[in-house]
Amino acid sequence: MKFSNVMSNAGEWLRGEGPHHQIVVSSRVRLARNLRNRAFPGWAKKAERTSILELIKPHLEKLPEMQDSFSELLQDLSALEKQVLVERHLISREHAAKSAGSAVIMNRRQTLSIMINEEDHLRMQSMRSGLQLKQAFKLLDKIDTALENELEFAYDQRLGYLTACPTNVGTGMRASAMLHLPGLVLSELINQVVQAVSKIGLAVRGLYGEGTEAMGNLFQISNQTTLGEKEDEIIARLTKVIETIIEKEHDARQVLIQKKSNTLWDQIGRAYGVLTYAHAMSSKEALNLLSIIKLGIDLNVFPEEKRLPIDELFIDTQPAHLQKTSQQKLNAEERDHLRAQIIRARLKVLPKPDISNLAKDSGDGSSPASSEQ
Amino acid sequence: MQKVNLCDACSKEKGVQDPTGFALADLLLGIGAAEEIEKGSSTQRCPVCGFTQADFKKAGRLGCSTCYATFTEALTALLKAMHKGTAHVGKVPQRAHRAGELSDRMRNLNESLQKAVAEENYETAASLRDQIKQLESDLAP
Repeated sequence: MKFSNVMSNAGEWLRGEGPHHQIVVSSRVRLARNLRNRAFPGWAKKAERTSILELIKPHLEKLPEMQDSFSELLQDLSALEKQVLVERHLISREHAAKSAGSAVIMNRRQTLSIMINEEDHLRMQSMRSGLQLKQAFKLLDKIDTALENELEFAYDQRLGYLTACPTNVGTGMRASAMLHLPGLVLSELINQVVQAVSKIGLAVRGLYGEGTEAMGNLFQISNQTTLGEKEDEIIARLTKVIETIIEKEHDARQVLIQKKSNTLWDQIGRAYGVLTYAHAMSSKEALNLLSIIKLGIDLNVFPEEKRLPIDELFIDTQPAHLQKTSQQKLNAEERDHLRAQIIRARLKVLPKPDISNLAKDSGDGSSPASSEQ
Repeated sequence: MQKVNLCDACSKEKGVQDPTGFALADLLLGIGAAEEIEKGSSTQRCPVCGFTQADFKKAGRLGCSTCYATFTEALTALLKAMHKGTAHVGKVPQRAHRAGELSDRMRNLNESLQKAVAEENYETAASLRDQIKQLESDLAP
């Protein structure tokens, strides 16, 4: 499979179809594994990294889940192509900085991606739409079991799977969900939620993981610890916390509708106006405004069938995607113009906000709120 | 950034003396990491990959899987501060599962053998020795 195929197919996890998809954009689980008695990628010399890569790669390509896969050495991808994969969360930012001795392999549906020689010899990642952490783990567990018959993984009876960074030792598992929480942000409750979540040993991060800013009201929540708790316990605990946050987000939206409806309509109207008429837009501004439109779709202010084109804009307006689509390298100013142009074109299909339809947060079947009309 | 509220006793246990003087390793790896690293002899090298504690301090990552055994002393406190527990309770690879069972059986056989020899029960001892030999050849790669 070629890179152009990756580019033309949006990842299946993007097509919001999973449970709670209005609020949980995606679920992902990753497992870190290493070969026994071989230097970790950060410490191995280039020749050793290459030999590890050559040892691992054929086993991955043989997996039934990886039939018709995209498999590429990092040195054979351009900086722009790597960035496209980062923007789709198929490789990490750290992996994008790698070259000789590293590789990525992913399935056609872009629901499974494996990085070779990232921080660990193997970083296997499974992605799903909506809240489906358990299902994402199940697939990885199966692949991991198939691979352990072929490769000898570094494992210790007491410490579990051994990883380059001690923060991942034990299960080597990081489960995370990307949540869209405009209600909690608009009602200024988000900091409380973030603090409460941090207190119970879970981490909250921005759009692209560790150390990144929260843009577009998108937050990643994940387990912080990997030792001393079983995989399914970690996932059950995380899922429960996410379900609580989903409830809080629905509550916040109801309160906004009932008590601060003017502010809410103002936000939606402004987002619609700026996105429809602006001629220059940074990716941060685009994400923040698109987030409000997405909220508007959840609240029936915009028709439901426009959800997918709006969701796709979240990815299509990212810097590398813009440049890859236009097939030229653009400076920041040119990108901002092109971004505004693409958004204007896409928003032509979106009717004006209609607050008479409004009114209920259709996500959780909770009682409909009274409208202002 | 994780905020931790510690009482006097806990802060000593975790190695916090000067709350303003946190080392980078502390920030990266949890409170007490820098001190734990200092304590270990910095000349110690991992026999498999040649990694030292100084390298760990610099990179915040280990050299290879054997480093966990090499620097076990320094890592124990660090892992304790970092994680929910100190022992893995999750998935066990089939291979390790089998190896674990075999090593348990080996230990039992050796204990029985010593007992049989002590009791001068030579017939049992001979049979046990055969079983151990068989198991040793199973365990050999």
